[in-house]
Amino acid sequence: MPKLYTGAEIVFKCLEDQKVEHIFGYPGGAVLPIYDELKNHTSIKHILVRHEQGAGHAAEGYARSSGKPGVVLVTSGPGATNVVTALTDAYMDSVPLVCISGQVPTHLIGTDAFQECDTTGITRPCTKHNWLVKDINDLSEIMHEAFKVATTGRPGPVLVDIPKDIQFAKAKYKKPKKEKKLNGKSNNKFSQKQIDQLIDLLKNTKKPVIYSGGGVINSGPKASDALREFVELTGFPITSTLQGLGAYPGDDNQFLGMLGMHGTYEANNAMHDCDLLINIGARFDDRITGKIDEFSPNSKKVHIDIDPSSINKIIKVDLAIVGDVTKVIGKVNKTILKKKNGHSKSNKSNIAKWWEQIQKWRGKDSLNFVNSNDSIKPQHAVQRLYELTKDKDTYVTTEVGQHQMWAAQHYKFNKPNRWMTSGGLGTMGYGLPAAVGVQIAHPEKLVVDIAGEASVLMTMQEMSTAVQYNLPIKIFILNNQFMGMVRQWQELLHEKNYSESYSEALPDFLKMAEAYGCKGIKAENPSELDEKIQEMIDYKGPVIFDCHVDPNENCFPMIPSGKPHNQMILGPNDQEENKIKGKGKALV
Amino acid sequence: MPKSKSAYSVPTKKEKSDTYIFVVWVDNEAGVLARVVGLFSGRGYNIESLAVAEVDAVKNISRITIVTTGTPQVIDQIKLQLAKLVPVHKVAEFKREDKNVIFKEMALFKITGKKKKMEKCLNACKKFDLVILDETKTSKVIQITALRREIDKISKKLKPWGLISASRTGAVAMTRGAKIFN
Repeated sequence: MPKLYTGAEIVFKCLEDQKVEHIFGYPGGAVLPIYDELKNHTSIKHILVRHEQGAGHAAEGYARSSGKPGVVLVTSGPGATNVVTALTDAYMDSVPLVCISGQVPTHLIGTDAFQECDTTGITRPCTKHNWLVKDINDLSEIMHEAFKVATTGRPGPVLVDIPKDIQFAKAKYKKPKKEKKLNGKSNNKFSQKQIDQLIDLLKNTKKPVIYSGGGVINSGPKASDALREFVELTGFPITSTLQGLGAYPGDDNQFLGMLGMHGTYEANNAMHDCDLLINIGARFDDRITGKIDEFSPNSKKVHIDIDPSSINKIIKVDLAIVGDVTKVIGKVNKTILKKKNGHSKSNKSNIAKWWEQIQKWRGKDSLNFVNSNDSIKPQHAVQRLYELTKDKDTYVTTEVGQHQMWAAQHYKFNKPNRWMTSGGLGTMGYGLPAAVGVQIAHPEKLVVDIAGEASVLMTMQEMSTAVQYNLPIKIFILNNQFMGMVRQWQELLHEKNYSESYSEALPDFLKMAEAYGCKGIKAENPSELDEKIQEMIDYKGPVIFDCHVDPNENCFPMIPSGKPHNQMILGPNDQEENKIKGKGKALV
Repeated sequence: MPKSKSAYSVPTKKEKSDTYIFVVWVDNEAGVLARVVGLFSGRGYNIESLAVAEVDAVKNISRITIVTTGTPQVIDQIKLQLAKLVPVHKVAEFKREDKNVIFKEMALFKITGKKKKMEKCLNACKKFDLVILDETKTSKVIQITALRREIDKISKKLKPWGLISASRTGAVAMTRGAKIFN
């Protein structure tokens, strides 16, 4: 007779076969059998967080920086509800997560038992798929399928809800099946004909722009290599979404910077005026498109995406290629090289004029700001941080708000998987736990969370996790004492009625650092900034860096309300001329 | 453009909405209907009627028929979003005007009152494959099958003649000829 295993054992056997090394979790009544089993599986390390949301974000940081799925283990009821924010975040940003939750015993389901909630019901809209395991004989198959669903196609979170009696029950263990097709859900259905159509478009364009997104990162490092080759072969300008930063080197001359609401002048104008727009692994998010009716009005649009439902969802495109970025761009590059057949002449001369125009836009230097000797400008702080860490293969996470946009604008990423931020859901409190996860995946690397003081307080308790595992994460807080982005919108749209956007009683972050048992550093003066940042980098352990910045600084450039890409607000000087009119307020 | 102070764009001009019928083949497992219906409510799509039952007991396949309205872009999205759900095997969609597809809905009516009025009811229903399921001196339960709008019309008509209770299924659909959906 084959050996029978308990449900808890089966969970770990599955995790082992899926090559899981780390799980982020928090114990509780309904997962105790699984926690009891942990000691017998030394290849799997459990990271104890301080709140289940932290476990979810840490797993996201882990997944985004390593390309492997993040695994979360939580208990029933509040454990499961606390992780919902992180699951939704992962769903919006296509991060592969496998969340295992405990559930009350099967016979108590539906009785409002202690710590019971309808976990699969609650998480249905924020996961790719979820399962309630009602029969121990299904457990191993469901676990393996969970990993498959999370990591294939457009990645995303899944949840497996396991009642406590199932964790005790016994059954045979089934190994993962090899390459089982998920009833036609894998999406690599493009044809050479579509590639040829794209090549034709490339040949005839005079004003092209490539707009790449998080899909390139999700497709793996090879996708970034392919993208770089493609950009080099074509000589086209390239811009990137927030999530796509790092897929193409941020300091390269063909890179126009980020596009969208707080994107650069040259990137947004190129999007507006181009005659060929090639979207690679992005989804025409509303922060990117601005006013839909006037979005890139004169261009042929190409969309390469692994998710067929992303195509024509917001912007109608002329050529859609459904497939994995690595495969599609790889094929495109091959075709270009074959067609060239030794002739190195491409259409680079066709687009020389376009580049001249782009240089003119660049001349506006839209990321500039008025620096100061008296107070630290937040943009300056990010620039200094970049200069002092750029040689170190640094991993950066952020919270959400002004500091996030400044980080995206002024920190230049040269490699994929180095930039972890909450883009789709915009979750304040993402960055600190995400940094924990990144540091777990890359113990030797420098990991910095560029944070705001309001955001970081939402998940501050995870400092305790960082201290427990001696994770040397650096929490670089741009402290302006405001919910800066809220304040900015109130300033621009609501007649400076700063309703509840000022935090009256901020904690002393130095004392907080001391209380958590890590190092606290404070900088208030531009002259001491470099030295203090260096101190932070050199310190071997977690640091909370309280960087007091100019509280009134706003994030520019900005596409204001109701305006298309070619009507940006550039900065303090430009602002007076371009006051946002009442009707435009809707769009910010 | 309308004035508002939100963080989002204002809706752009609307295209014309049409009525479509979706047929979805799914694994008959716990929660599958909630996934399909949740997709509609979560993304703001409309469900006018819904019919679901297992059609293959061996393979455990259920067939869901959903009547909905939307612009061509929305209908396209619904189809693609449905196809992404793990337990969904295939999705087909038809315009209501499609001549190659038969749509039917069934209704049960309970009619009470004087014999004469009930007779009137029966006469009015004759062309809709009328079946009398139950009869007493003062009541009748009848079954009709027809198009949705025909049932709408007839039930309105029957009200003053003694229709006191109506129960309707959602529409179900089948293509004409030997071909099946693929």
